[in-house]
Amino acid sequence: MTMWLDAFSIVAIVAGAFFFLAGTVGLLRFPDAYTRLHALTKADNLGLALVVIGLLPQMDGLLAAAKLVLVWLLVLLSGAVVSQLIARAARRQDGNP
Amino acid sequence: MMTTLVSGVVVLLLLALALWTVVARDAFLAVAGFIVYGLLLSLVWVRLYGIDVALTEAAIGGGLSGALLLGAVGKLRRTEALSWAERCGLGTRALAAALSVAVTLALVLGVLFLPDPAPTLAPQVMRHLPATGVGNPITGVLLAFRAVDTLLEAIVLVIALIGVWSLAPDRAWGGRPGPRYDADPDGMLAYLARLLPPIGIVIGIYLFWAGADHPGGKFQAATILAAMWLLVQMAGLGDAPRTDNRALRAGIALGPLVFVAVGVLGLPSAGVFLGYPEGWAKPMIVVIEIALLPTLTLVLALLMSGAPARSADSSVPRAKP
Repeated sequence: MTMWLDAFSIVAIVAGAFFFLAGTVGLLRFPDAYTRLHALTKADNLGLALVVIGLLPQMDGLLAAAKLVLVWLLVLLSGAVVSQLIARAARRQDGNP
Repeated sequence: MMTTLVSGVVVLLLLALALWTVVARDAFLAVAGFIVYGLLLSLVWVRLYGIDVALTEAAIGGGLSGALLLGAVGKLRRTEALSWAERCGLGTRALAAALSVAVTLALVLGVLFLPDPAPTLAPQVMRHLPATGVGNPITGVLLAFRAVDTLLEAIVLVIALIGVWSLAPDRAWGGRPGPRYDADPDGMLAYLARLLPPIGIVIGIYLFWAGADHPGGKFQAATILAAMWLLVQMAGLGDAPRTDNRALRAGIALGPLVFVAVGVLGLPSAGVFLGYPEGWAKPMIVVIEIALLPTLTLVLALLMSGAPARSADSSVPRAKP
């Protein structure tokens, strides 16, 4: 059982790391602020989700697991809001109201 | 092996970021580097099992200082090109670089030639910790064994705020700091400012209360609470307070005053300033912590807001849309 859980953790975390890698490549390669934000926020949210899901079986106790999920939700919230704010600032800088 | 590799990468990144912060030609880029540097540094503290320091570094070193510096960059933006023009000569800069390298080398040598085992007071702290009634040795040091340092720290913060306030122009004295933020009441920021503060306040108070036995404490808690307050202000849902508000000033003075009062109380009861009478250490520490929390929250938030910039009667309540 433990071995299966460990295998699950490894697969999920590696998948999460892949999304982080893809997001970083997008951040570096995409041409403008909007597409870079797109790459970053999508990849970060999903990447972090997979890492958190992968870590859940490794936590001792429900409370610790709940804290981990809370961290993910908070990052999700701040990522969504901050990307909106940055996109709005970028649009204003481009001369559109 | 793996952790060594990760540590090595983090150290290299830290060095690169430090260099970047020093050589970046644009102040904004330098500050961005500095913020990431602070966050990475908190990872290093986690790795060294200094969770308290890591929390403080992330909250104050990366977060609050970063935000303060970003504010300064915004204010200096117009004069930045001008200040580059009057940069000092090559000789002076070479001298400054040589001095920095010399100081760094001295520090490196100091660390490398520490006696082994390094001198430490940790065993004494752990031996006497039960007498204080708190379980977190950091809190024990900060509020019992070296309480005088913490007292002076709180007073320094209040003095720093007075210093910032004293930069106010005469007509704004006693008025509200910063601009009146007028964000879209239905916008993203207002949404965040409604959603996040309840969570942030709970986490802040949890950090504060957990500080007695676990990593955490009033400084980290105050940073989070101050951030929540500033978020509400920046989203336009609330205004900065008038700096001549008596309740506000009382809240700022509360922490140091209570701290000094407890200290003076120690003179007759324990025979020494800031001494706690036998068996009363924990309640006294809790009283000081509770009194310091509003002081630190107000001071940190008001330091961010800056000097009063609007005259005391400038803020008329906005008409409802």
